Amino acid sequence: MSIKKQPEIPFSEITPEALYRHRREFLRNTGIAIAGAAAYSIFPQNISSVFAQDNKTWKPSHPSAFDTSEELTPYNDITTYNNFYEFGLDKDDPARNAGSLKTAPWTVAVEGHVKKPAVYHLEEIVKRETMEDRIYRHRCVEGWSMVIPWFGFPLSNLIKRVEPTSAAKYVAFETKFAPDEMPGQRSGVLQWPYVEGLRMDEAMNPLTLLAVGLYGKPLPNQDGAPIRLVVPWKYGFKSIKSIVKISFVENQPPTSWNLSAANEYGFYSNVNPEVDHPRWSQAHERRIGEFFKRKTLMFNGYADQVAGMYTGMDLRKNF
Amino acid sequence: MNRSKVVPLSKPVLFAACLIPIFLLAWNGLHGNLSANPISDITNETGIWALRFVVITLSITPLRKITRWHWLTKFRRMAGLFAFFYGSLHFMTYIWLDQFFDWQSIAHDISKRPFITVGLASFVLMIPLAVSSTQKMIRRLGGRKWDILHRLIYLTAGGAVVHYIWLVKVVTYRQLTYAVLVVVLLLFRVVWKYRSLSAKLSHQTEEPVVPSSGF
Repeated sequence: MSIKKQPEIPFSEITPEALYRHRREFLRNTGIAIAGAAAYSIFPQNISSVFAQDNKTWKPSHPSAFDTSEELTPYNDITTYNNFYEFGLDKDDPARNAGSLKTAPWTVAVEGHVKKPAVYHLEEIVKRETMEDRIYRHRCVEGWSMVIPWFGFPLSNLIKRVEPTSAAKYVAFETKFAPDEMPGQRSGVLQWPYVEGLRMDEAMNPLTLLAVGLYGKPLPNQDGAPIRLVVPWKYGFKSIKSIVKISFVENQPPTSWNLSAANEYGFYSNVNPEVDHPRWSQAHERRIGEFFKRKTLMFNGYADQVAGMYTGMDLRKNF
Repeated sequence: MNRSKVVPLSKPVLFAACLIPIFLLAWNGLHGNLSANPISDITNETGIWALRFVVITLSITPLRKITRWHWLTKFRRMAGLFAFFYGSLHFMTYIWLDQFFDWQSIAHDISKRPFITVGLASFVLMIPLAVSSTQKMIRRLGGRKWDILHRLIYLTAGGAVVHYIWLVKVVTYRQLTYAVLVVVLLLFRVVWKYRSLSAKLSHQTEEPVVPSSGF
């Protein structure tokens, strides 16, 4: 298998012109120069909402048909209440510690049963896509939920471009492994790097997203910068963050939480109020910002789009 | 300074110190310093302080025996009552803030979720200890009976640690630290009992040991 290095794109092509012209000043001033420049570079220049964070007034500039009209979770909550064990166990650890993650330059290796395996620069992947805002419900296996305006593109677009062969039955994902940048990886809480996987039809489902932003802004590191998966009908841990590798494989790939506790976290991990976690109920959830718990919906409310993929399957066994 | 003066003076100071966790929690809650999920924060904070005070209570007797600072016992009741105080707050947070008096859901949790069952049992077992903590109750029960009743704290400690281990997604050094502390503190009692028993026996070696029937 040959992995060819793609030529780098000139910065002038991908960076807003004003930023480009003042790049030296920019580099000098920010100190986090390279990361900053790359984060901007993958974003279209004309997003009016780039700096809006208010969940009451923010409007998607590139709306999608899959958007929920529920009230958005405030930007501040989405970016300070995270599970990202690479940066610590507490919810506020990722926001405090994720600054050490270097997100530029960033490459994503595409390998396995595909006609176009390569190590792609993030910019190459992103510039070919039409970005959308996708307002999705997000349900954590711990029993809390949010409504998040992601910014990204369907995973299926990328899959079509790299042309998987008929041998590819599953897609496996891998988070960056860099213990010096991700302090949690120096502990043995989970096996590192974090790995996840989807069945091919799940990966091709139009709901499945590769997100590079939220609220129309680049993803903060604690939310999985620079590129992460979003699978809204599955528990949050399936939506793997900071992806560096996508492999097309024949057999069901290992997944991190399943490796940690196979009886508690299955490969599918679809949101299902009727199938409890062995130790706690999944029937209700607390929406962040609300006092009363609400009922959890089958497939997190996306049954119309995804239930068909699981007909005939025993969801209790394939939890 | 005289020890008899240290103890009464330090009691109100320690009492105030024991209230710092709840004061901080209230302060942070009122100033919006808690996380996006404040109910979860309040549950975790009150729970961990209940467990900490159980551990503190359990460590007083071993510490006293090792150091021979007998005045330590004067603080045991306060530590135990603060364990009960934080345990009550933890319990109320669950009933009121988390479940909002949804008795059906609470009953379901207690019967179906082992971690809730164990946690509730650990809390309920503290109630008789809190009730019988007054001087009057000690006199009424008599020292021996009171001692036996208050060994229920061993079950509370074990239950609280199991509750903590069962509710997390992955067991880390945090849960293990408390588990080790409780095991060590309970083992100390076993060893101490064994030593004083064998000391007694060696005193009586001249007399033949008659096995009592039934044992």
